[in-house]
Amino acid sequence: MSIVTLQLGQCGNQIGHEVFSALCNDIRGTHGLCSKKENKSYQDSCKERFFCEQESGVPVARAVLVDMEPKVISQTLSMAARSGHWKYSSHSHFCQKQGSGNNWANGYSVHGPRHKEAIMNLVQKEAEKCDRLGGFFTIMSMAGGTGSGLGAFVTQCLRDAFPASFILNHVVWPYGTGEVIVQNYNSVLTLSHLYHSSDALLVHENDVIHKICAQLMNIKQISFRDVNQVIAHQLGSVFQPTHTTGEGSGYSRNPLGDLMETLVPHPEFRMLGLRNIPQMPENSLPYSTFSWPGLIKHLRQMLIANAQMEEGIDWQVRPPHPGSSIPSTNKALHFNTSIANLVILRGKDVQSVDLGSFQEPSLYTSWLNPQDAFNAWKTPRAFNKYEKSASLVSNSQFLLKPLDSIVGKAWNMFASKAYLHQYTKFGIQEEDFLDCFTTLEQVISSYTNL
Amino acid sequence: RSDDNGPDIYKGKICSLKARALLIDMEEGVVNEILQGPLRDVFDSKQLITDVSGSGNNWAVGHKIYGCQYRENIVEKLRKTAEHCDCLQCFFIIHSMGGGTGSGLGTFVLNLLEEEFPEVYRFVTSVYPSGEDDVITSPYNSVLAMKELNEHADCVLPIENEVSNNILFLSARFEGSLNMDLNEISMNLVPFPRLHYLVSSLTPLYTLADVNVPSRRLDQMFSDAFSRDHQLIQADPKHSLYLACALLVRGNVQVSDLRRNIERLKPSLHFVSWNQEGWKTGLCSVPPVGHSHSLLALANSTCVKPTFIELKDRFMKLYKKKAHLHHYLQIDGMEQSCFSEAICSLSDLIQEYNELDATKGGPRVDPSRLKIAV
Repeated sequence: MSIVTLQLGQCGNQIGHEVFSALCNDIRGTHGLCSKKENKSYQDSCKERFFCEQESGVPVARAVLVDMEPKVISQTLSMAARSGHWKYSSHSHFCQKQGSGNNWANGYSVHGPRHKEAIMNLVQKEAEKCDRLGGFFTIMSMAGGTGSGLGAFVTQCLRDAFPASFILNHVVWPYGTGEVIVQNYNSVLTLSHLYHSSDALLVHENDVIHKICAQLMNIKQISFRDVNQVIAHQLGSVFQPTHTTGEGSGYSRNPLGDLMETLVPHPEFRMLGLRNIPQMPENSLPYSTFSWPGLIKHLRQMLIANAQMEEGIDWQVRPPHPGSSIPSTNKALHFNTSIANLVILRGKDVQSVDLGSFQEPSLYTSWLNPQDAFNAWKTPRAFNKYEKSASLVSNSQFLLKPLDSIVGKAWNMFASKAYLHQYTKFGIQEEDFLDCFTTLEQVISSYTNL
Repeated sequence: RSDDNGPDIYKGKICSLKARALLIDMEEGVVNEILQGPLRDVFDSKQLITDVSGSGNNWAVGHKIYGCQYRENIVEKLRKTAEHCDCLQCFFIIHSMGGGTGSGLGTFVLNLLEEEFPEVYRFVTSVYPSGEDDVITSPYNSVLAMKELNEHADCVLPIENEVSNNILFLSARFEGSLNMDLNEISMNLVPFPRLHYLVSSLTPLYTLADVNVPSRRLDQMFSDAFSRDHQLIQADPKHSLYLACALLVRGNVQVSDLRRNIERLKPSLHFVSWNQEGWKTGLCSVPPVGHSHSLLALANSTCVKPTFIELKDRFMKLYKKKAHLHHYLQIDGMEQSCFSEAICSLSDLIQEYNELDATKGGPRVDPSRLKIAV
């Protein structure tokens, strides 16, 4: 099954490009460490999911690129073409001239309706190129005006036009300081709207990835490109083919559907966090070895202690004792309760890995069976030159604090009515803001009371 | 671009690009100089509107008399210039406040732009008269013009000296990892419609062809941007209250450099309670001509207040004695109320800044959040 990717706004297009690059480099690599048959199966599966074959032999990304100003798309298209290994279709992009001015209302209420037809035509064309459409993957930031506002509008259009398809929104959360002043307004508006039309939100926070770049990747002068490449690696580790049920079963044919089924049992809980280990500079890889028990132990502690990466984990955090009658308000401090978790393992000796520690009931809320709450996907085919790589996609309280922080700051600004005139002039009124705050306070409350 | 299909640049000189500009003056001297100078090929004679006698340093002559007289001509030329734009994003108005033409006719044009092109942003760079200005009536002209700026400009960048290199042509046309467009400036820096006066500072970094600048020097560029010596009006950023701040960096600077410097500078700056992290950032990879890096800082801050208070004081000195008032009142359309309304508008603006300053340093009480029924 194929996935159509929508790259929305500057962030969406920059990350999208890195994602397709990472996927393509991975399948071209000779570090698969598995049998030729396995490797071929992996490559074919990846190509079917994300690329369209052309007569020239150069794979064409199944993507629609949208932006309200031309520079980024133009750069993205040419960078891909220059690689020689893959490219975008020359007819799959839509742009305008003037941008959205960091104004969510401009993106949502003005650009959205104005350009709906043109954009949805492009999406329809890409969808038709797929033998079987597995769903949509949108990439956007929530801080600006296009990815956020137009992105929210387009997601709604996708939902209306493809009611039976899966929609996964990859949302980038901005740095806590210094990107866009109205970023918290734009974020609140985006998240609340996406919550109503998307199936799940897969989140990356710039602050977290920045730390990974600084502390794990040892990059001195971190650029957005560095951040985007780490994000692309993490996304690739989720979306490259895996066996979801036993090894002989072939690669999963419905990755988005599988993801939703395992991780989103209840519509109120749609926020997914992502962790991947190990992460290190490429030139260190040949000198490092990892054991699966070590990786699993770290990943599990990252989950329960809500650690952002494999360094600086708080090993003191423990799950509450099973069967104890601790009311939820007294739950072990800082313990991250999960609804559902998915672990993805890639590389050498995956079949021998013991994941029992992820199945302990104490990690989860009580309303799902632990067997249903935890799933594992595996493939012996190594990913992106890492001999062993483990990813965790988690529906848990990972994002509770950052979400609460964003809503708090936005509320603070809203109470002083600052910047509201910039939104009302494009049709987003105070009542609309209040609705959005209500939606998100509800989400916060739900996750808090797990 | 001009209509002939010749090369854009010939022997190192730009020859077929025309500035998207209208030059307006009610006397000919300055415009003539421009047309004979090194930029003569950049301006088209069709883009000029001139007269001979000037406005006599009288806002009313510029605004009421010449405004009326040249209205049609100006609108026609504006439309023509606008037609040549693929996408008209904003108007830049560059003028002085203290004279008659720039101040009076200039603000007339501002009104016109709002009427004819209501959706296009209006950025105004205004040169404010200094204390030693030899034009006696400059306080009148400036205050009358301020009322227009209060009501019809989207953003105003006041400057107090002739070094007018703060104009943001910058990154709108160039690539970078975090682009900043002009309409984003207004969106991020203007939290309330009337508080749209921005203080700017520009710091270049003079280095040789050094690809990776040591962080210390880069960081100095940021520090300078917030020191009082680099401001384009008399203002001390560190002792005023910030409503919002934008940093646009050009050159080989990455997001980590930006963030490091924001963290470093934050503790010494006071931000309004509802915008504690009010930073808007932009990264443009193309450096400005002649430098390897530069930083433009634009702030919406109460440090503009002293400029306005001084202006009001100078105005009141004249107005109390009714000095030179008759030169204005004898103009058709001018009445005493024009003056009282203008000074009222300025006083109200000062009061808004006072109220903001009063909140500085006070206890921070965050409003309570919405309660949800569980």
